[in-house]
Amino acid sequence: MTMLKAAERRLLAVMLLPALLLALWIVLAAVLVTATLDAPQRAALRALVEPNGVFLFLAWLIAALPLGWFARRWYLRHDVAAERLLEAAQALVAAGDAQHEPTQDMPQRAASSPALAEIARLIERLHAEQRRLRTQIAHEVAAASRGIDAERSRLAALMSELAQAVVVCNRDGVVLLYNGRARLVFRTLSRSPELTGGAELVGLGRSIYDVFDRALVQHALERIDAQIARGRADPGAQFVTSAPGAQLLRVQTVPVREKGSAASAQQQRGVAPAIDGFVLMIENVTREFEHETQRDRLLLALTEGSRASLANMQAASEMLDFPDLDAPMRERFLRVIRDEIGSMGGRIRSLSDATLRHATTRWPLEDMRGADLVAAAAQRIGALLGQPVALLDVDAQLWLKVDSYSMLLALEYLASRLIDEFDVRAMQLRLGTAAGRAQLDLIWRGHALNTETVMGWQMDAMRIGAQTRSPLSVRDVLERHDAECWFERDRPRELAFFRVLLPLAEARDESAHAGLSADDSRPEFYDFNLFASTGGGQARELAERPLAGLSYTVFDTETTGLNPTQGDEIIQIGAVRIVNGRLLANDCFEQLIDPRRDIPGASIAVHGITPEMVAGKPTIDAVLPAFHRFAQGSVLVAHNAAFDLRFLQLKQQQAGVRFDAQPVLDTLLLSALAQPQQESHALEAIAVRFGIAPPTRRHDALGDAIVTAQVLLRLIALLQERGIVTLGQALDAAKTTWYARLEY
Amino acid sequence: MTHRILIADDEPNILISLEYLMKREGFDVSVARDGQQALDAIRAQPPDLVLLDVMMPKKSGFEVLQEVRGDESLARVRILMLTAKGRETDQAKGLALGADAYMTKPFSTRDLAARVRELLAQQPGAHGAP
Repeated sequence: MTMLKAAERRLLAVMLLPALLLALWIVLAAVLVTATLDAPQRAALRALVEPNGVFLFLAWLIAALPLGWFARRWYLRHDVAAERLLEAAQALVAAGDAQHEPTQDMPQRAASSPALAEIARLIERLHAEQRRLRTQIAHEVAAASRGIDAERSRLAALMSELAQAVVVCNRDGVVLLYNGRARLVFRTLSRSPELTGGAELVGLGRSIYDVFDRALVQHALERIDAQIARGRADPGAQFVTSAPGAQLLRVQTVPVREKGSAASAQQQRGVAPAIDGFVLMIENVTREFEHETQRDRLLLALTEGSRASLANMQAASEMLDFPDLDAPMRERFLRVIRDEIGSMGGRIRSLSDATLRHATTRWPLEDMRGADLVAAAAQRIGALLGQPVALLDVDAQLWLKVDSYSMLLALEYLASRLIDEFDVRAMQLRLGTAAGRAQLDLIWRGHALNTETVMGWQMDAMRIGAQTRSPLSVRDVLERHDAECWFERDRPRELAFFRVLLPLAEARDESAHAGLSADDSRPEFYDFNLFASTGGGQARELAERPLAGLSYTVFDTETTGLNPTQGDEIIQIGAVRIVNGRLLANDCFEQLIDPRRDIPGASIAVHGITPEMVAGKPTIDAVLPAFHRFAQGSVLVAHNAAFDLRFLQLKQQQAGVRFDAQPVLDTLLLSALAQPQQESHALEAIAVRFGIAPPTRRHDALGDAIVTAQVLLRLIALLQERGIVTLGQALDAAKTTWYARLEY
Repeated sequence: MTHRILIADDEPNILISLEYLMKREGFDVSVARDGQQALDAIRAQPPDLVLLDVMMPKKSGFEVLQEVRGDESLARVRILMLTAKGRETDQAKGLALGADAYMTKPFSTRDLAARVRELLAQQPGAHGAP
């Protein structure tokens, strides 16, 4: 056991060393000297030294002290300094990216030797450099990921704003991207649009073959393969298909091909890169198709009907040529002619009534709010006038079918001619309806204006100022819109106006769109990782598949009580999907259900759902099938699933669906498997353990479902550590827990 | 007193029937075969009523209508539009521009005669549009 530290021992040794060396030297010298002396001289020397031996020793000691002190000083300045430098440097390395400045004053400490001081400075510089590099890397990584996040958000925003419905699938038909418009299209196809909003048809991880006939899509993909093989630059295929709800969809298919070095290597070898997936652009053409068919039908009726009538008339009139016609026969033929004229007239009247109002011009017109068009026109004309254009009586509910660019140009042109040729200083705009059309008036204070000139403006090519030119005339624009325009005078008020009759569009239901875009959270409309997931669906046994890659529908129910077999009913179902390890917050199902019985006060205290809240809501007969469709193709998950499932099973027959085909996982059992030592496996307790935020409303079915989903994700990770990786393993292991014995 | 009727239409096949019909009704009939002729005739000797077609060469019926209505001195001339342009917009336009009546082809001659008599019985100057 040493009482001194190693460093201190070294110091001591260094201090004693010179003294020892001195003693050694004296001894050696004495030995040498006595060796050169003969016996009497040696005796004489000994006689001299022996009595004074103590003095000699003292002299040595006195010499040894300063020597030791000098040695100590030298040692401290060099070796210890080096040690200290080493320690300081080690401390710096250990501190890593600690933010604080190193407080070691290394150069001063090592000031003994210039070389050490240099080393100290160098070490500090290297450290500073390292910290700088570390910070720089951190910044660049952060910037890069911000850039990626921004790109992702931009992509997501772009996709959701696209007016075209787009769905991207991987090679197996699993949806990995879709936009808001696609959701709308599928909503119209859904059998339960208010309940699920089309979410049961299109969603991440769902199969597109649930909506489109597999053979149809495969055929399109085969055609694309053939096009690629032939070397076509832009392969694509189109098909038209009927969809649920008597809808007609036109689908454009485009392949998604590998890019990158592997792909270009393949291309160089002359092999076309494999198709990773495909993009579907979907358009609901039901209405246009109906219009066109109706139109064709009417045209055909007109031509064929008219041919017949004309033939009848021609024959009868030719009979009238015969000179020997007697009066009664003459009368009969004339009646024929009159009759046919009547029927032709009737046919034309009914045709014009039916079609001309909804004449679809070839020019693409868009639906636009009347008030918006008027505001834009007011702004443009106001700019020409140099003063604002007043708006009188603008009907805010009107929607127009216009090509806004050319219509605004026409209005601006007319205004500019008025200003240039008649020095009009002030104008007003008015919008109303008349005769099933919208009526837009451009009003000014008028005096002697030549009708002919003013109407002639309609025929000139439009030119406003020096910049704006168009080969079109106002008349062309009006024709494009199937519109009409004329000039009127309001003599009593000394006003004159151009009146334009424009086609009306159906008032748009803007709330339908609002429902989608209200999602401020990052839209989870894509998951490009699904490109790689083959899973195959049918290829591998579901039980063999790892838990982490499966799709789940995590749900929770609120009920009137705890006894499914004794008349208690479900009053709310909430569910959310997990695909590829991600909780899809906006792919959810939430519905209150009318239980057709009273709700006991005790249960209201638990979930807060009152009879008023469920009055008028759909019953379980409507909701259960919708929920079944929503959960299709996924693993069902609930906390204490046996309870919820019992309710579902009891209502299965009544609602006409079966939940037996899907595997079910119970987070209660999984928690008991993953953390057997914990006392409570209640949902709230598990959530607290995992640090999951409680839902905003306790015991709200969707809120609980979301918490359960988050718990599931954590449990999957924990189970993996315990060796439970696949679904089959989880199901088997769950059966062995004590909770599995609970029955309802 | 006999009313003066001007018939303006470029199609001879309808002119012949209309002329015959109006003469039978006892009116004093003159014809014009295009818009310019119609306008000149109206200005030269204002008739009591004009049967005005729209689709005519030189000037369309709407143009004639506007010019006539633009002229204060011709306020007494009643105008009955008689045209194949049957869309509601056309009708609205015609009435808005100051026609007293608007009939779409094909029409019954009996109805036409009745309408003409009606219009002639009305106070002149009470037009459709302000």
